[in-house]
Amino acid sequence: MTMPLLTIEHLTMRFGGLVAVNDLSFDVHRGEITALIGPNGAGKTTVFNCITGFYKPTEGRLSLKHPDNQTYLLERLPDHHINWKAKVARTFQNIRLFQGMTVLENLLVAQHNPLMLASGYSILGLLGSKSYARSEKAALDKAVGWLERINLIERADDPAGDLPYGDQRRLEIARAMCTDPVLLCLDEPAAGLNPRESLELNALLTSIRADGQTSLLLIEHDMSVVMAISDHVVVLDYGVKISDGAPEEVRNDPRVIAAYLGVDDDEVAAVEAEVGL
Amino acid sequence: MKQATHSPSSDAFNLVQALKDAGFAGMVTFGLCVPIVAFRAEQDMANKLVLQQRWWMALVITGLVIVSRLLFSLHQHSRRNDHAHQKSAAFAGILEQIKPFLAPLGFGFITIYPLVMLAMHGPGGSIKWIDNFGIQILIYVMLGWGLNIVVGLAGLLDLGYVAFYAVGAYSYALIATKVIPETFPFLGVWAFWICLPISGLLAALWGILLGFPVLRLRGDYLAIVTLAFGEIIRLVLINWVDFSNGYAGLSSIPRPSFFGIPFNASDTGFAAVFNLEFSPIYRTIFLYYVILVLSLMTAYVTLKLRRLPVGRAWEALREDEIACRSLGINTTITKLTAFAIGAMFGGFAGCFFAARQGFISPESFVFHESAQILAIVVLGGMGSLFGVVVASIALVGGIEILRELDFLKEVFGPTFDPSQYRMLVFGVAMVLMMLWKPRGLISTRDPSMIYKERKAISGSMVQEGHG
Ligand SMILES: Nc1ncnc2c1ncn2[C@@H]1O[C@H](COP(=O)(O)OP(=O)(O)OP(=O)(O)O)[C@@H](O)[C@H]1O
Ligand SMILES: [Mg+2]
Repeated sequence: MTMPLLTIEHLTMRFGGLVAVNDLSFDVHRGEITALIGPNGAGKTTVFNCITGFYKPTEGRLSLKHPDNQTYLLERLPDHHINWKAKVARTFQNIRLFQGMTVLENLLVAQHNPLMLASGYSILGLLGSKSYARSEKAALDKAVGWLERINLIERADDPAGDLPYGDQRRLEIARAMCTDPVLLCLDEPAAGLNPRESLELNALLTSIRADGQTSLLLIEHDMSVVMAISDHVVVLDYGVKISDGAPEEVRNDPRVIAAYLGVDDDEVAAVEAEVGL
Repeated sequence: MKQATHSPSSDAFNLVQALKDAGFAGMVTFGLCVPIVAFRAEQDMANKLVLQQRWWMALVITGLVIVSRLLFSLHQHSRRNDHAHQKSAAFAGILEQIKPFLAPLGFGFITIYPLVMLAMHGPGGSIKWIDNFGIQILIYVMLGWGLNIVVGLAGLLDLGYVAFYAVGAYSYALIATKVIPETFPFLGVWAFWICLPISGLLAALWGILLGFPVLRLRGDYLAIVTLAFGEIIRLVLINWVDFSNGYAGLSSIPRPSFFGIPFNASDTGFAAVFNLEFSPIYRTIFLYYVILVLSLMTAYVTLKLRRLPVGRAWEALREDEIACRSLGINTTITKLTAFAIGAMFGGFAGCFFAARQGFISPESFVFHESAQILAIVVLGGMGSLFGVVVASIALVGGIEILRELDFLKEVFGPTFDPSQYRMLVFGVAMVLMMLWKPRGLISTRDPSMIYKERKAISGSMVQEGHG
């Protein structure tokens, strides 16, 4: 086991009377792909929203430890610092690209903060400084590098809203990666992809893991993706963690099977017999 | 709605249906005209109200509506049969060809415009053309470009833009009439040039002050609060008499000097120094070039900023605020910069306005001004600089033209004042635009950075913003 990158302790999120996440604790390890799975409405997206600062958790602690041992308590950071300082990036369950901007522009917006510094908060940029021109060139190269990596370089100058669905998913991942994250949170990246696109996605995600800079936390319903690429699986049901471990362990956990098949605990044995475990 | 009554496959023009439709529209119009147009209460000599009847006018209006409705049906019909599409494609092709020449030609024209007018109408007659048309339109172009940063780029609906115009105008008027003569009298002739940056900065400051509490609101709420802010500034100017002299306004505001040389009939005045015969036209021409340079500066800064990270962040904010936050963009600061920079250009324009008029009062800063500037931005196409120019010429110039249409008096009688109908024309123009080009005259977006090939982005893709 490697060092934990993100430690979630006793995370609880209530919306009025509804407890969407209840006393959840788990670790995301450095250099791994962690999958967060569970039936619809289990609270997976809510966990992501807590990690990325869109919701302030009702209770609990989310601590992120960078390789340089700097620790960030995510629940206390303002939302834009979670990406810029703590280096956590995310994608959305329903894609959120800047539709009216080109594919290339989408990747440049992602590099806003470093470019803003390089442009001297726009002052050097307005004066046409050389150093800003260099930074802009570097940002362009980085964007082009990612476009080549996700096979979208031909479409760099097209509006993002014109891309087919699968390309939009990959572009959203590339956009998140342009912020140089240590943790990338992907909300159902394979949803709506055809089998070939799904395989390409697996390759992209494992290659990001292989680069070694970014660990991944992934929500996914497609079990073939989860089983193929993840190193560690956490299962949620009604906001409660019901299983946590290596993919094979989780797959054989009777409680997970029960949650997915929707049966009571005491019927699990019967169900297990049925599915041949 | 017309589509629904017609079956889409029917190619022949359904005359009966169209006539029915037009008749119905005529009936509604006539019904509306009876109380509004046909009867009119007027005071006679003895201050008694007399009811006048104007049935002919109601009939004329009804007739106009029936004919327009018929024409509209015909137009819809030809659109369905795709003739219009081919025509507009051909038109777009021509536009594409002349596009490279448009900018230099237009630029050349506005540069020599006052001189052309001077040559055509002489020193006396050209003032109207340079001032009422040239300067007036350029002020609105500048205001439109300023507001375009807030509404067109950042997608923040601001209904109180005139507040910043007022802040700029009053900053100049108060500093130039009160502060400078009392504390720095030797700066007198330079007042305008010193106050110009100050007015812009004060307006930007007010933009930030307003922005802080307001920018957590979105959409309609933001629009309402900015509207209220515009009204508050005006009411303060009316009621705080010690400060702003209330309704009476501020007068004898110093006029700009030609970089230290005043435009007056004295021996050190502009005409004497340059060996010219004294005439007010020199100041008007100079003012024209001042506002021209100010507007071009606005356009230059906007174009530059659009290609910088901050401009891209504004547009990203308009496209999707949540995605912006997930990418570490501080949305509050980004909105504030858009607000402040837009306000700053409004402040510059206000300072110029005060210096050009020599007199300002709260009457100049009513909500109608905000609405007109916003209409210019929306009609022009949100985010398009060129569109704003076209819309300003059409709206501001068009209304000025109405005043010139004296021959209409012969048709409608001597009391007919065409400029009284400007709001009506304004409204009709807006409705027609919404039908014909709901995204404004220039509805394509120009990418801020290109990899290989410049492709315009169709307006249907671009978001309008919700904040
Ligand atoms: N902002 C909110 N206000 C109120 N309730 C919410 C809010 N966000 C989520 N919920 C509720 O919390 C529960 C968990 O929702 P969540 O979106 O996290 O589920 P999920 O596991 O992502 O489901 P899916 O697989 O369908 O995406 C749901 O019952 C949902 O209705
Ligand atoms: Mg979800």
